[in-house]
Amino acid sequence: MILTHEHKELYRTVKKFVEDELNPHVAEWEKEGIWPAHEVLKKMGNLGLLGISKPEAYGGMGLDYSYEVVFAQALGNCTCGGIPMGIGVQTDMATPALARFGSDELKKEYLAPAIAGDMVVSIAVSEAGAGSDVASLKTTARKEGGDYVINGSKMWITNGTQSDWACMLVNTSEGKVHANKSLIVVPMDAKGIDRKTKLDKLGMRGSDTAMIFLDEVRVPQRNLIGTEGMGFMYQMMQFQEERLFGAASGIDGLTNLINETIEYTRQRQAFGQSLLDNQYVHFRLAELKTEVEALKALVYQTTEEYVAGRDASMLASMCKLKAGRVGREVTDSLLQFWGGQGYMWDNNISRAYRDTRLISIGGGADEIMLGIISKLMGILPSKRKHEAKKAS
Amino acid sequence: MKVLVSVKRVVDYNVRIQIKPDGSGVVTDGVKHSMNPFDEIAMEEAVRLKEKGKVTEIIAVTLGGAKGEETLRTALAFGADRAIHVKEEGEIQPLTAARALAAIFKKEGAQILFTGKQAIDDDANQTAQMTAALLDLPQATFASKVELDGTKAQVTREIDAGLETLEVDLPAVISADLRLNEPRYLKLPDIMKAKKKTIEAVSFADLGVEAAASLKTIKTTPPPTRSKGVMVKTVDELVSALKAKGLV
Repeated sequence: MILTHEHKELYRTVKKFVEDELNPHVAEWEKEGIWPAHEVLKKMGNLGLLGISKPEAYGGMGLDYSYEVVFAQALGNCTCGGIPMGIGVQTDMATPALARFGSDELKKEYLAPAIAGDMVVSIAVSEAGAGSDVASLKTTARKEGGDYVINGSKMWITNGTQSDWACMLVNTSEGKVHANKSLIVVPMDAKGIDRKTKLDKLGMRGSDTAMIFLDEVRVPQRNLIGTEGMGFMYQMMQFQEERLFGAASGIDGLTNLINETIEYTRQRQAFGQSLLDNQYVHFRLAELKTEVEALKALVYQTTEEYVAGRDASMLASMCKLKAGRVGREVTDSLLQFWGGQGYMWDNNISRAYRDTRLISIGGGADEIMLGIISKLMGILPSKRKHEAKKAS
Repeated sequence: MKVLVSVKRVVDYNVRIQIKPDGSGVVTDGVKHSMNPFDEIAMEEAVRLKEKGKVTEIIAVTLGGAKGEETLRTALAFGADRAIHVKEEGEIQPLTAARALAAIFKKEGAQILFTGKQAIDDDANQTAQMTAALLDLPQATFASKVELDGTKAQVTREIDAGLETLEVDLPAVISADLRLNEPRYLKLPDIMKAKKKTIEAVSFADLGVEAAASLKTIKTTPPPTRSKGVMVKTVDELVSALKAKGLV
């Protein structure tokens, strides 16, 4: 991926924004368990950052996805994972399907204000009984008059206690689990929505996460994104951006933490020398830095493929898998070097240790990524059996 | 009112400077560069004056090699209307820069030359003053506040004794100090729009400027590293140690 002057300028703007407008408040937001999404997103909307690869007709910049990746990477300079995640939900997890398949009317009403930063958005797919196994979700929407009437519940919904609308995946008919689902734009102030429960999480604490109950919630049928029954497919496509974005936003945070740890171990004396002078320590840091650079190379390669319009689903899954693995490995090793200091609650290392753990779980767990990669490699047993049967 | 803003491409302020092994200068190859922070402040001030309707056109100028174009693109994203690139490779001394800026200032018929009080690479702090001298114009350096009033500018500057306010007739040269303003975040739409704005390339020959060679860099060395200190137990011990070194 070639970084132009414009990519670099975008990175500089976002990094500066993160350092001046977000990082000074991270400790406070982490404590409160919520960030002022409307205020922060409005500022970002004014800088033209919330619709980088979205169509210009709705206030976006219409740029290719490499700019979105640079944006994600720059957000990684935030000293917590929760706020970049909340921002990423707005730009790359809840809105790609609407931008791609939504009607003009729906995009004017919901996409344009999300890009301007006037509305905060959630993606509502997971349920208590359906996380990585998306197809088994139980929430339903039945048609009545001109409306969909939604019943069920959604779990682990980022920005969920303060969002204005959610891109929600629901069952709109009986039948095959991959062909009975639809994505619907659900205004969060609709009657019958209860989102009072803010979940208490291990990490990403500055980002609010809701449990949402839906009891006879009426939404006009024109809020359907694209075609009925295509929701599962749309969501699988939307997951690609989510995974690439998630991996990209991990890189610079890890690099910063490695640098902080180099400084700390250089200063810290133990047994008559600096910790850093132990070969075990500096070799390990060299190893971790190599891992992070390798992750970056993979993210850039995947971005190139995606921008060129080629199928990047295997590479995007690899990015997500590798980001989770590398994130856990790096933060665990660094925390070890910080020792007792690292075990304290309020510092960048322990926060990253807790926050990073989510990468291997959210947006499809590591095991789902392995499944996708295996399938695309043609080594998933069921597929092999199926092909053997066909051949015979 | 037309204003000229001169901007310099320098090694980024976050970079840890390294000296070349032969002592001929600092390492610049493969090192991150950005616009001199004081020039950024000058640029921001010009844009604010334009937003207030006091300035009608902003022309950004840089001197230096091909990569200077990036610095001009940044200036254009800030809000400069067009840019002039004095494209010359190699070292450019303050007097040379002043000659070139003076030539452009005259040619454009500008009313103000805005620039940073100094560039963070060689900290010379000479270009603004020399340009004013060459043009025989008033100068107001180290500005921490600028107000334009028709044919005059009121400039507040930080001096050792406090604040001093000067009134200068326009045209004039104004150099920006750190506290003049806080440069804005560049908006992504402006970054992209800057790509389409015009950059005119000129040479010293085009401007009729002769490169000065009044300065010669003999050697570049890193600042001395701090030597290890000595712990003293009492005030008396401290005093006698200082006396022994002839410091008190």
